[in-house]
Amino acid sequence: MKSLEELRAIRERMQGQIGLRNDNTDQIRVVVGMATCGIASGARPVLTALSDAVQSKGLANVTVTQTGCIGLCQYEPIVEVIEPGKDKVTYIKMTPEKALEVVDQHLIKGQIVKKYTIAEVIG
Amino acid sequence: MYRSHVLVCGGTGCTSSGSPRIVEALKTEIEKNGLKDEVAVVQTGCHGLCALGPIMVIYPGATFYSLVKEEDIPEIVSEHLLKGRIVTRLVYKETVTEEGIKSLSDTDFYKKQHRIALRNCGIINPENIDEYIATDGYEALGRVLTEYTPDQVIQTILDSGLRGRGGGGFPTGLKWKFAKGYDADQKYVCCNADEGDPGAFMDRSVLEGDPHVVLEAMTIAGFAIGASQGYIYVRAEYPIAVKRLQIAIDQAREYGLLGKNIFNTGFDFDIDLRLGAGAFVCGEETALMTSIEGNRGEPRPRPPFPAEKGLFQKPTLLNNVETYANIPQIILHGADWFTSMGTEKSKGTKVFALGGKIHNTGLVEIPMGTTLREIVEEIGGGIPNGKRFKAAQTGGPSGGCIPAEHLDIPIDYDNLISIGSMMGSGGLIVMDEDNCMVDIAKFFLDFTVEESCGKCTPCRIGTKRLSEMLDKITKGNATLEDLDKMEELCYYIKENALCGLGQTAPNPVLSTLRYFRDEYIAHVVDKKCPAGVCKALLSYQIDPDKCKGCTLCSRICPNNAINGKVKEAHVIDQSKCLKCGACLEKCRFGAISKK
Repeated sequence: MKSLEELRAIRERMQGQIGLRNDNTDQIRVVVGMATCGIASGARPVLTALSDAVQSKGLANVTVTQTGCIGLCQYEPIVEVIEPGKDKVTYIKMTPEKALEVVDQHLIKGQIVKKYTIAEVIG
Repeated sequence: MYRSHVLVCGGTGCTSSGSPRIVEALKTEIEKNGLKDEVAVVQTGCHGLCALGPIMVIYPGATFYSLVKEEDIPEIVSEHLLKGRIVTRLVYKETVTEEGIKSLSDTDFYKKQHRIALRNCGIINPENIDEYIATDGYEALGRVLTEYTPDQVIQTILDSGLRGRGGGGFPTGLKWKFAKGYDADQKYVCCNADEGDPGAFMDRSVLEGDPHVVLEAMTIAGFAIGASQGYIYVRAEYPIAVKRLQIAIDQAREYGLLGKNIFNTGFDFDIDLRLGAGAFVCGEETALMTSIEGNRGEPRPRPPFPAEKGLFQKPTLLNNVETYANIPQIILHGADWFTSMGTEKSKGTKVFALGGKIHNTGLVEIPMGTTLREIVEEIGGGIPNGKRFKAAQTGGPSGGCIPAEHLDIPIDYDNLISIGSMMGSGGLIVMDEDNCMVDIAKFFLDFTVEESCGKCTPCRIGTKRLSEMLDKITKGNATLEDLDKMEELCYYIKENALCGLGQTAPNPVLSTLRYFRDEYIAHVVDKKCPAGVCKALLSYQIDPDKCKGCTLCSRICPNNAINGKVKEAHVIDQSKCLKCGACLEKCRFGAISKK
């Protein structure tokens, strides 16, 4: 170890992963429906894509987690973004590509990707 | 990248209750469900709630599974990890509420805790230096080497008010200052990891859960006092700690955080392990250093103090594991942050190993000044089976008992000494009405007799005589004169023994005499043991009115001491009775009692 910068580089690299082990309640929660219906319509790659993106972009304030069936099986894979103090946003018929768009637009820039929300799609 | 981390406790407690098998089962099931690239299994250090081990925490969400069994793993993997449905049945009961699973930090056990020394235990993988770095590890060392002078480091530690966590409570900064004050061609930094108090395991947990923190702090200390070599003296009976320390040392060397020219500042420092063979006296500083030198572990008189002539006759700094674990955090957050916790003369937090008659056996770290009542009743979850609190023993064989009347005293170094006990390394054994205080004193004295190194007479012979006197009392053969003689001997040993072991050995006797003299009197005068522990003073009786003559007791008695005909009251032959209590346990009519 030759400098503090070198040390900090390792920390940056690792922090995304360790950030997962956070018991903080004022996090933004991204919830993927992973019941049988969700898995069957492709929720797992969506979950993995979200989780990878959040960690590699170092979004320490975001927790990606799963849930069971919320009863809208025909619209799976469903991703919900729950921000403390704001209305829940529900994205439906997600794919890994759409999920990455949500990470970039919604989680980083704070702009809801309207075209994928349940209100917009089934209007 | 993994979307979920499963943390399995790999401390000694959970390891012995089967966590290695849980890890294997988890890996198999995760593979079977095709989750190998999505879910990471990480072995961590101690979570503290040893009574509920093996413990497993799943992130994100920090779901806390307790008492996990191998056969539960397939369900947890397919439900929780695959489908995201928490298996409520297996979750730690305290976190289950009607609204769902509440955060672990809101439970009674964790709510009042404040983790500094244990901050990484149960969070990181102790065998991975990167995870330690991710939680600010080695940042303090980097800053110290590049931005501080040795005097500034020492001043920060002085200002923090940190006191030795091994028991004595000597101001750490002062120790560092003394060690720096002596000039020599070679100085040493040592770490006392020879944790020997019965019931104390906080140092082991730090070494197992966060070994790098000790290496980092020792290197900081080396810079402050001008030493280039460190030794960790650790018990060979802590195999997991030894293994993880060695891994940590190897990794730190590989990263250049130990060795030559650390952080390109020209500062050299290295650390080696020395294993102790398990003698209690080697936790005493001079005996510890004698042992590192390769000699028989016996104390030597002070002065000269280690700061002047310690290891190999060179100036030496010796601190305890928990003391070191506080150092990097003090550097990072400042002395003011540390002094904001605790009482006037005792700053920061202290780790206690809770044991004995208490629900939540395990490890807790609390701010100084927390009351014993909060520890026992809230964090510890109270005493099982509806029994009453009688006393808490702190400080192991060097400490004393705290009776119920002092439950509300804020715990710090000075308060504990003022009530005749001491902080010690932090073992806290809770006793209820079924514990006999004379018997407890005898237990600790027997320990000291066993562990006395034999170098000085007051300790070698004095503790033996004390133990014999206690034996006499528990057998009902003592007189009141013996009590006075015993007390006198206690003070004699305290004043004349060579090292800390002998000087504090009579404390368990003195403190029980102080608070529970009536119990001693009952043994001596009435020949009774009020708690019903001392066998020689007990007799088992059958109440003829309640006995139905079921014959169960006479069949269960291992020495055929109970006679009687079917459907007639039975009688115990006192000359044959072994006082094992088997009959009392088995009687279905409550006819048998002990007096």
